[in-house]
Amino acid sequence: MKFLVGSYFIIVSCLAYFMIQDKELKESMQRGEQIYTDFCITCHLANGEGVAYTYPPLAKSDYLMNNREASIKGVKYGQRGPLIVNGVTYDNTMMPLGLENEEIVDVMNYVLNSFGNSGAKTVTLEEVNTILK
Amino acid sequence: MKKSIKVLCLFVVMTQFSCAQKAENEVNSPAESTFTAELIVDGLQIPWGMVFLPDGSMLISEKSGEIIHFKNGQKSTIENGPEVYNRGQGGLLDMELHPDYENTGWVYFSLASEEGDEKGGNTAIMRAKLSGNSLTDKEILYKASPNTTKGQHFGSRLEFDNQGYLYFSIGERGERDINPQDITRDCGKIYRIHDDGRIPEDNPFINEPNAKKAIYTYGNRNPQGMAKHPETGAIWIHEHGPRGGDEINIVQKGANYGWPVITYGINYSGTPITDLTENEGMEQPIHYWLPSIAPSGMTFVTSDKYPAWKGNLLVGSLVFQYLERLELNGNEVTYREKLMEDIGRVRNVRQGPDGFIYVAVEGKGIYKLVPL
Repeated sequence: MKFLVGSYFIIVSCLAYFMIQDKELKESMQRGEQIYTDFCITCHLANGEGVAYTYPPLAKSDYLMNNREASIKGVKYGQRGPLIVNGVTYDNTMMPLGLENEEIVDVMNYVLNSFGNSGAKTVTLEEVNTILK
Repeated sequence: MKKSIKVLCLFVVMTQFSCAQKAENEVNSPAESTFTAELIVDGLQIPWGMVFLPDGSMLISEKSGEIIHFKNGQKSTIENGPEVYNRGQGGLLDMELHPDYENTGWVYFSLASEEGDEKGGNTAIMRAKLSGNSLTDKEILYKASPNTTKGQHFGSRLEFDNQGYLYFSIGERGERDINPQDITRDCGKIYRIHDDGRIPEDNPFINEPNAKKAIYTYGNRNPQGMAKHPETGAIWIHEHGPRGGDEINIVQKGANYGWPVITYGINYSGTPITDLTENEGMEQPIHYWLPSIAPSGMTFVTSDKYPAWKGNLLVGSLVFQYLERLELNGNEVTYREKLMEDIGRVRNVRQGPDGFIYVAVEGKGIYKLVPL
């Protein structure tokens, strides 16, 4: 009996924890979508497909998934090529976007969980704060 | 009967064929290059504006806010530049010299500025003088309001006409349903002012209550190219469409260019914006691009250095990374050609006082086109 009650509480608190996490991530992604529409869509396009040889794709991008810190850094401070994304070399300049760190969190969460991307750990403000130039 | 069906089929095929061949929406690659592109200023990031000073040196504005003086092969930084709002597409933008620069010394700038009460920024027009290695006498001549934290569509291009009026573009700042069609609001407009910022008495909306009196045209989206026609003296602009539907327009007093009521483009998501491409009281572009080339910078070729290009229009393409040459017959585009293919994002193009064409490419620098 004691075991059952104990497991019950553990399960309920776990569920609650994940539900809150899930809700926070969803809200972050919603705000991120607004940022994306404002700042990113012009080049990376509506489904993150980019433009071959000009603007790297974000959809199912190996660079994005394997270079999390460099990707956040690129959004925070701007990015200069060359970089290789899904086998194609991109040699361009992405201007520093001037986003607040909170906005970087949201847009990263949106991109990492959209366009067929999934499975990445949720980006947090602490994480963005610690990434320096 | 059989014959008439054949004729009908032939007619349909011919019609489709002739549509597909419409010269203005087809871009050609030249068989052989007639020039070399010489990189004369390297190590630039986003060189938005460039002007040529009487001593043969050049000023270059970087979006980051830096103003670079390029003289005798050396780069130096001009001090005391304007405070810029660096967010999204905003930053330090275009530059232009006063038509009588030698006597007045005025250099004109467009930039994104935080001036004002609201959070965010909007486009401002400033003039200043160059004294040694520093800017002095800085004056803000116009500041669009309200500020917004949105990242898009600052416009920016500056040009003087033959009467000495200054024209400038301000994009709709990401508020397409609020700004462009409303002359009581800034943004989504071409403006006209005197060289000292005064508003001309014969501006089109000078007597409209609550109108922003400096407005000269409206219904514009995000014009990033502006040039004076060498023969007619008219001000030509081009503007970014959404997905498809970039346009070339000729600036006419009080005209409405229709954004977002009419457009040849669609949303980035692929959904329609409007089913109208024309409407009464709204101007048709003299040319539109499908797909979008993302035009930035423009100049007419008038010099004798490139005899085959005389009277042509040159336009930078950000998205396809080339310089576009457009042949014109009056106000009609008759031929389009790619120059400098795959060079990088072409931000600006100008003809220098020496007659050579200079091309500013992001992440690279300034190229001079030297005929072979």
